[in-house]
Amino acid sequence: MTAEPSTAQELFDGVPYEPGAAKNDPILVADNVRRAFGGLVAVDVEHLEVQRGAITALIGPNGAGKTTFFNLLTNFDEPDTGDRLFEGNDLSGVSAYKVANLGMVRTFQLTKSLSKMTVIDNMRLGGTEQAGESFFRALMPFLWRRQEAEITERADALLERFKLSHMRNEFAGTLSGGQRKLLEMARALMVRPNMVMLDEPMAGVNPALKQSLLDHVKGLRDEGMTVLFVEHDMDMVQEISDWVVVMAEGKIIAEGPPESIASNQAVVDAYLGSHHGSALELEAD
Amino acid sequence: MGGVQLMTAFTGVRRSAMALAFGLLLLVGLGAGASVSAQESGGEVKGNLVQKDDDGERVGVPGVTFRAFDESGAEVSSTTTAEDGSWSMIVPEGTYDILLDVETLPAGVSLRNPDKNPASVTLIDGSSKSTLFPLGEAEASSAGGNTVIQLIVDGLKLGLIIAMCAIGLSLIYGTTGLTNFAHGESVTFGAVMAYLLNNAGVFGVRLHLIPATVIVVLICGSAGGLFNRTVWRPMRRRGASLVAALVVSIGFSIFFRYVILFIFSGRAKRLRDYQIQEQWDLGLFRLAPKDLVLMIISVSVLVGVASALQFTRMGKAMRAVSDNRDLAESTGIDVERVISLVWICGSALAGLGGVLFGLTESINWEMGFRILLLMFAGVTLGGLGTAYGALFGSIIVGLFIQLSTLVIPTDMKNVGALLMLIVILLIRPQGLFGRRERIG
Amino acid sequence: MDWGAIIQNSFRGFIGEPFIYFSLAAMGLNMHYGYTGLLNFGQAVFMAAGAYGLSMAVVTLGLNFWWGLLLGIVIFPLLLALIMGVPTLRLRADYLAIVTIAASEMFRIIARSPSLDRWTGSSDGLTAFANRFYDFNPFDKQKRYFFGLFIGNQMWVVLVGWIVLSIVVLIVWMTMRSPWGRVLRAIREDEDAARSLGKNAYWFKMQSLMIGGMFGALGGMFRAIGTQSAQPQNFITDVTFFAWVALILGGAAKVGGPIAGAAILYGILNFTDVLLRQLVENGYMPEAIMDGTQVGQVRFMMIGLGLILLAIYRPQGIFGTKEEMALDDR
Repeated sequence: MTAEPSTAQELFDGVPYEPGAAKNDPILVADNVRRAFGGLVAVDVEHLEVQRGAITALIGPNGAGKTTFFNLLTNFDEPDTGDRLFEGNDLSGVSAYKVANLGMVRTFQLTKSLSKMTVIDNMRLGGTEQAGESFFRALMPFLWRRQEAEITERADALLERFKLSHMRNEFAGTLSGGQRKLLEMARALMVRPNMVMLDEPMAGVNPALKQSLLDHVKGLRDEGMTVLFVEHDMDMVQEISDWVVVMAEGKIIAEGPPESIASNQAVVDAYLGSHHGSALELEAD
Repeated sequence: MGGVQLMTAFTGVRRSAMALAFGLLLLVGLGAGASVSAQESGGEVKGNLVQKDDDGERVGVPGVTFRAFDESGAEVSSTTTAEDGSWSMIVPEGTYDILLDVETLPAGVSLRNPDKNPASVTLIDGSSKSTLFPLGEAEASSAGGNTVIQLIVDGLKLGLIIAMCAIGLSLIYGTTGLTNFAHGESVTFGAVMAYLLNNAGVFGVRLHLIPATVIVVLICGSAGGLFNRTVWRPMRRRGASLVAALVVSIGFSIFFRYVILFIFSGRAKRLRDYQIQEQWDLGLFRLAPKDLVLMIISVSVLVGVASALQFTRMGKAMRAVSDNRDLAESTGIDVERVISLVWICGSALAGLGGVLFGLTESINWEMGFRILLLMFAGVTLGGLGTAYGALFGSIIVGLFIQLSTLVIPTDMKNVGALLMLIVILLIRPQGLFGRRERIG
Repeated sequence: MDWGAIIQNSFRGFIGEPFIYFSLAAMGLNMHYGYTGLLNFGQAVFMAAGAYGLSMAVVTLGLNFWWGLLLGIVIFPLLLALIMGVPTLRLRADYLAIVTIAASEMFRIIARSPSLDRWTGSSDGLTAFANRFYDFNPFDKQKRYFFGLFIGNQMWVVLVGWIVLSIVVLIVWMTMRSPWGRVLRAIREDEDAARSLGKNAYWFKMQSLMIGGMFGALGGMFRAIGTQSAQPQNFITDVTFFAWVALILGGAAKVGGPIAGAAILYGILNFTDVLLRQLVENGYMPEAIMDGTQVGQVRFMMIGLGLILLAIYRPQGIFGTKEEMALDDR
C-alpha cells in the first residue's frame, strides 16, 4: 500500500494533512482562485501550496475541476479572481508563454506532439533563448548555427534517455501514444524547467510503457525538479507521489501523503458521489 | 403574419432536387427578357432614367411615363420606362416637348432640375436623340421629419433583414462549425429568383410579388437542403477539416456569384411590384407602406423562429446540437436530420431576406456578399453560434450603419459596421451574448 | 482561330506579369497559411497597400519614388497587419478570415468613394507614379524581347519581377530552415504546444502576417507598376483567391509551391481566356451563351471551381505531400 520511504517525504515534515496546508518551501501558491463558466463554478480554490522538490498529485472524480485548475495554474486560462504566485512571481495577467520561460512547463492531456515535424525538430523547438528565432537573425545562419548545434546535442541526449533516438528523424505523427507522451516530456525538459506540470501523463499509454514513464517522472524529482500531475490512475498516484491533493466540485477537500488519502472519509464520499449521504447508504452501494 | 406557418410549410419540402432544377430552369429563362427596338421613319427620342442607390450603383427606374407633345400642345406619343430605366419613342419629324410625368416617379425620387421638364427636342427622319433627366434624392427632411428618428427606423428595417439572413449563418456555424461564406449567395439567389418571377416572368407569366416570394422561399429552402446533402454532408462524412470546408464554401461563394453575374448581368435592377409608393408622413419620420409590411413580416418571422427554437422539439434539438454535438447525439437526437433542417430553414430565411432587401433597395449580383459581411458583423457582435445573439447583433449593426451616416459619407456607411466588427473583436471577442472562451 | 496567339498567351501566363504579381502574393499566403496556419482571405488588401502606398506617395503626397517604395512595401503593409492582426490573432482561426475579408470590402468601399477622390482617385484610381521605375529601363521600348513575348517596358517589369521573386524565394527558403521557421511551423501544428514551450505565439503570428503581407504588397506594387495604374478594381476581394488557388495548386508549405501554382494557374487562365475570346470573335460561340464581356467572368468561375475541387480532391496540391502539409487536416 505504501511507497518505499523516500527522502522527499521529509520535505513534508510537520505539514498537517488538511486542505490548504502551508508547506515548508512552497514553489507555487494559489490564493482564492475562482473560475466560472456561465453560471457554473468550475474552480473555487481557497488556498494551495505546492512543495518544492516533491511530486504532488492532483486527483479527484470526473468534473472536479482538476484540468481547469491546472490550466489556471499554468496560465493557459485566466481566473475570474484570485492570485497565483510561482517562485514569488505574480502570474496575474502574465501570458502563458512567459510562465514557461519562468521555469514552469506543462504537458497536455491530449498529447500535443507536433505531428508534421520530425521528432528532433520537436525537441529543438524546446530550446530557450534561441538567437535564430528572430526573423532577421534567421537570415544569417552564422549567428545561430553554433547554438543550434548545442541544442541538437542536448536534444539527442534527452532522446537517448527517453529511448526515442531511433525515431529521431521520423515525423512525430508516426509515434505511438506512449512514445508521444515520452516525447512531450522530453521536449518539456528542453526548456530546463524548475517545475514540470503533467496533465494525465498516463492517459492512453499502454501498460508496457507505464513503468518507464513512472521512472522518468521520478527521475525528474531526483534531478531537483518539482512535479505536479493530474491523474486518474490511482496506481500511479500511490506509487510515485509524495503528496496528494484531492479536488471535488471545484474545491480542495483533502491533502496529505498518499497513504493518508485512501482512508480519508471526505475523499471516499467525493468519489462515491454522496457527500451528504450516510455510511449506511455507502454500504448499500 | 404566418412566420411559423411558413417555417413549418417549408420544412416539409423533401423533394428538393426537383425544386432546384425548376429554379435553375427559371434562372436560365431570364436571358430571354431583352427588348428589340425597330427603326422606322421619323425620329427616335430615347433616354435612360437612372438613379444612384445607396451603394452608388446606377439603377434603372422602371414604370415612369414619358409623354411627347408637339408644338400645338397635343400629345403625340407616350411610353413607360423598362426595367433598366430605358425608354424610347418614335415620333414624326418635328420639334417636341418631352415631359416626364412626375406623378409616376417612385416615392422619394424627384428630378434634380424640375425646371428642365419638359425638355425640347428637334428630330429629323432617321435621327435618334437622347434626352437626359437626371434624378436626385428627394429631401428627406423637407416634410419636417426628424433625421435621427428616420435613420433609426431605416436602421431597424435594415437590421431586421440582416438578422433574418444571419440566423441561418449562425445556426449552420453552431451545428456544424462551418463558417459558411457562401451564405450570402443564398440571399442573392432569393432576390434574383424573385426578380425572375416578378419581372421577367416564367413562360410569359409574371407572378405577383407575394406568391413569387412564397415560391422563392420554397426554392431557396430546397436549394439549401440539396446543397447540404450533395456537398456538406459527404464532406462531414469524410471527416474533412473545417479549414477545408471553409475554403470550399469560399469557392462556392465565388462560383455562384459569378454564375449569377454571368446570367443576371452586372446591372442593378428593381422588382416590378411595390416600387412606386407614396411615403406616409408620420410627423417624426416617413415610411412607405411596403416598408411597414416588410418590417412586420421580418418581426413575425423572427419571433416565429425564436419561438420555434424555444418551444418545439426540433428547435430544442437544434439548440442542443449547437451547444454540444456529441452530447446531443448520445441523447438520441438525429444530428444529421437537425443539420439538414438547419440548412433548409437557414437558406429559406436568407432567400426571404434577399427578396425583402431587393424590395427596399435594388437587386444586384453581389448584394448577398455585401450583406454577408454585415451578417458577420452582426453575428460576431451577438456572439458566434448563438441564435439570439445573431438576432440582436444584426439589429444593432443595422442601426449603426444608418446612424453612422450622420457622421460619415453615405457611400461609406458600411465601413462603419465593418470597423465595428474589428473593434468588437478587440474588446469583447465573445460578443455581447457569447460565453467567454479560453484565450491564450 | 489564331492558334499562335493562343499558345503565345498561354506561355506568357507561365512567366509573365500576372504570374509575378500572384507568385509574390501567393508566397505571402504561403508564409501565412502554409507555414503558420493563418487564414488570410484579404491578401488583395495587402496587394492594394503596395499599389496605393506607392501611388499615393507619389501622386497624392508628392513624395519621390523611393519614399513610395518605403510606404508601399513597409509602412502600409505593417499598419494593415497590425490593424487586422491585433484583434484576431489571439482568437480562433476563423476570426482572422472574417476580418481579412471584411478589410477587403472596406478597401473597396473606401477606394471607390467619391468623397475621398482627392486622395485615392476613387474608381479611376491613380496613374503616372511609375515613371521613375521606367527611367531605369535598359530595354528599347520599341523592341520585343524574350522570344518576342514582351516589349521593352514589359520586359523591364518582368525582369525586375523575376529578380525580386528570387530574393523572396531565398528569404522564405532560409527562414524556413531556421529556428524562426520552426516556431512558425510549430504554431501551425499546435499553438498551445508552442506556447507551453515558451514561444510567444501571438508575436510570431504577427510577424508572419507582416512579412507575408509585405510579399503581397510587393506583388500589388508590381501590378500597379506593370499596369501603370492603381485601381480599386484590381484589388477586389476575389483577387485574393487567385493567390489562394495558386498556393493550393502548387502545394502549401513548399517553398516553390506558390510559384509553380501561379505559373500553372496563369497558363490555364490565359489559355482559356484567349481561347474563349477567339471563339466569340470568330463567331463560333453562340451569342446566347456568351459575349465578349462575359469572358472575363468565366475566369472567376474557374477560380471558384478550382478552390472547390482542390480543397475536396487534392488538398495537398499537385506537388505537395500529405505528410508535410495539407488543407484537409486539423
